[in-house]
Amino acid sequence: MTATITGLGVVAPNGVGVDTYWPAVLDGVSGLARLADGHAARIGGTVDGGTEGIPGRLAVQTDRWTQLALRGCALALTDADLDPDGLDAFDLGVVTASSSGGNEFGQREIQKLWAQGPDYVGTYQSIAWFYAATTGQISIRHQAKGPCGVLVSEQAAGLDALGQARRVLRDDAQVVISGGTEAPLSPYALVCQSTNEGFSVSADPDVAYLPFDDRADGYVPGEGGALIVIERSEHARRRGVRRYADLAGYAASFDPPPGSSRPPTLTAAIRGALADAGLTPGDIDVVFADGAGTRDADRAEAEALAAVFGPGGVPVTVPKALTGRLYAGGSSLDVATAALAIHHGVIPPTGGSTGAGPSCPIDLVQGAPRPGPVRSALVVARGAGGFNAAAVLTTPAE
Amino acid sequence: MSGSAHRRVVVTGVGVVAPGGIGTKSFWELITAGRTATRALSLFDATGYRSRIAAECDFDAEDAGLSAADAGRLDRIAQFAVVAAREALYDSGLDVDSVDPGRIGSVVGSAVGCTTRLEENYRVVSDDGGNWLVDPGKAVPFLYDYLVPSSLAREIAWLTGAEGPAAMISTGCTSGLDAVGHAAQLVAEGSADVVIGGAAEAPISPISVACFDAIKATSANNGDPEHASRPFDDRRDGFVLGEGSAFLVFEEAEAARRRGAHVYAEVGGYASRGNAYHMTGLRPDGREMSEAIDVALRRAGLAPQQIDYVNAHGSGTRQNDRHETAAVKRSLGDHAYRTPMSSIKSMIGHSLGAIGALEVAACALALEHQVVPPTANLEVPDPQCDLDYVPKVARDRRLDAVLSVGSGFGGFQSAVVLHRHEGTTR
Repeated sequence: MTATITGLGVVAPNGVGVDTYWPAVLDGVSGLARLADGHAARIGGTVDGGTEGIPGRLAVQTDRWTQLALRGCALALTDADLDPDGLDAFDLGVVTASSSGGNEFGQREIQKLWAQGPDYVGTYQSIAWFYAATTGQISIRHQAKGPCGVLVSEQAAGLDALGQARRVLRDDAQVVISGGTEAPLSPYALVCQSTNEGFSVSADPDVAYLPFDDRADGYVPGEGGALIVIERSEHARRRGVRRYADLAGYAASFDPPPGSSRPPTLTAAIRGALADAGLTPGDIDVVFADGAGTRDADRAEAEALAAVFGPGGVPVTVPKALTGRLYAGGSSLDVATAALAIHHGVIPPTGGSTGAGPSCPIDLVQGAPRPGPVRSALVVARGAGGFNAAAVLTTPAE
Repeated sequence: MSGSAHRRVVVTGVGVVAPGGIGTKSFWELITAGRTATRALSLFDATGYRSRIAAECDFDAEDAGLSAADAGRLDRIAQFAVVAAREALYDSGLDVDSVDPGRIGSVVGSAVGCTTRLEENYRVVSDDGGNWLVDPGKAVPFLYDYLVPSSLAREIAWLTGAEGPAAMISTGCTSGLDAVGHAAQLVAEGSADVVIGGAAEAPISPISVACFDAIKATSANNGDPEHASRPFDDRRDGFVLGEGSAFLVFEEAEAARRRGAHVYAEVGGYASRGNAYHMTGLRPDGREMSEAIDVALRRAGLAPQQIDYVNAHGSGTRQNDRHETAAVKRSLGDHAYRTPMSSIKSMIGHSLGAIGALEVAACALALEHQVVPPTANLEVPDPQCDLDYVPKVARDRRLDAVLSVGSGFGGFQSAVVLHRHEGTTR
């Protein structure tokens, strides 16, 4: 069984919909901007719009995170030319990634509880805040009765969800709606993130998030992500639809605790994904890196890439420099971007950065897009706490 | 246990933190005695709330072996998870140092994560809801761990030094069954040789109680907390919120045999489906839960007639118990009437994402002891719930294969089949 990506629903700070997003990525258009005063982060990546295309009764019972996913899902299904009504409902699964759930909705309801009392908590809090809300609402809206899943592993979750989607395709379903979004820019969510001490302190959107750059001082949070239609190759072929890329390999690993004498395990995830795809490092045309934006984390990732590919041995790009880190949505968006790179045969640049610093021995693609061909792409994602995930996308097999 | 996987997966360790007692032994004694651990809610002052009943764990972090530093930084849910996982690991007799760390996985299920600390700290930074723009200056360290509950999977990985796949599964009230399914799948497909997998929940906080109050999902039988959780009884009026954790050690069967491990059960099959109907509502026909049961049975290589016990979701809401009765009849046919089916939620409440793992632990112990735990408080049968729910008293019975089912917000329906590792046809 080969799993192939046939639909992309991008809801990113620098573009909603593939037709807007992809040119923005190639042109280095940033979606980063100043956040309002009083927030725990100075810069963020915000997505245009709110509840476009979402019926009012659904909008009132969902957080912005789910609304972004519902918008992305509708775009992805259209992009895949897929009408769920044409499927046996049990053949359509939903596996999404989430990191922090329905932040703004939750803060509003908990404020009502403490400012006004328990009787003021609304009837939708129990279904809007929890991490499974998006998968549930997508399943209901699009009549997906196949396996439903929700993976939480911070920034790694998008790849973990895709890996789970592939399992579901092997065992249970013809098509899975996967990927994910995040909406982490409400006040309490930002305060919680700020305690992880990863935010950039810069007030200038142009230099606040510079992955692998020696000036890097942290990252910028953002909202959005991408919903992804992934299906069995033979199902896609039967439908005669465009296939962006195959999900050829996936693996995950976990780092030893701080203070351990054992080395970090990112290389194990990368090598595992390559082996799973039946490829060698020399087969990979581009790496979509995690690009944490802090000196130590960037150096560790660069060293892992150098260990597998050799110093400067493969082009590396971080398009998320234009969107900020979208957590579960970020790795999902990276998969979408990698699929577009394969489809169009061009490597998008890392926005903002002027190049990898001396401490990062990698060939960072920056400035202008680099011509392909792009037959195989590696996507790397690292989640806070020690999660590592890697996925290999390839040109669709004949 | 599934189409793509060929390795057999066995359960070699069980660890539990449950209302009524800490540890597997206390848990099994409680649920086979038919005692209830539901009581007047004491974790916070619930005056003014509609439902003031809960199944709470009498848990002391220090007594449970946690350091003061861990008790300080970990939310109650993470404390439960670490203690249950530690017991499971000890119970398995596995020397983790003898296993390549890259071959050990960590899986945790939870529906609502670290809500307790998130809420406590929200009160501080918002001045009890006084400010929408909350004050970062009042934030404590570790708040990010509470916001993003994959921190729970990290704790389990750190416990064992695991460097294989780590996952947090959050599918609402089926999280526990889905985490068990995921853990078994990682071993079956060869992504890991050992997985410490389970689930935890500590949702007895004001916001969780208030949100279930708002939809009248929980029992308001405040005058009689000990008898408030009444699955399948005609007088039932909702579920009783609970808390706790269960972890299991999943191993590749051959490796477990080689090291002479005690085997509780083999994981035969798992499946999950969505009802695509309503976030909280259930259609009375139980079709999607039945589909999950059918697929889990098929993967286990078992016919419906080979199921000897059904561990029910049995939450005690009006619609759930009828929905589930219909689903089990749909899958097991006439055999459903001859098969005992009980809800341990009648005794330990409904701990949301944790309960599925607690129920799988109960199933493993049922196979081990050849005893079916009862449904407490079942005195006035609902005419529309007409199966054998094992009222009030545990039952000795030959058990070769058991089924655990779950249903949750989002419309998710899951099923896990466990069977004895030997003596069962496959």
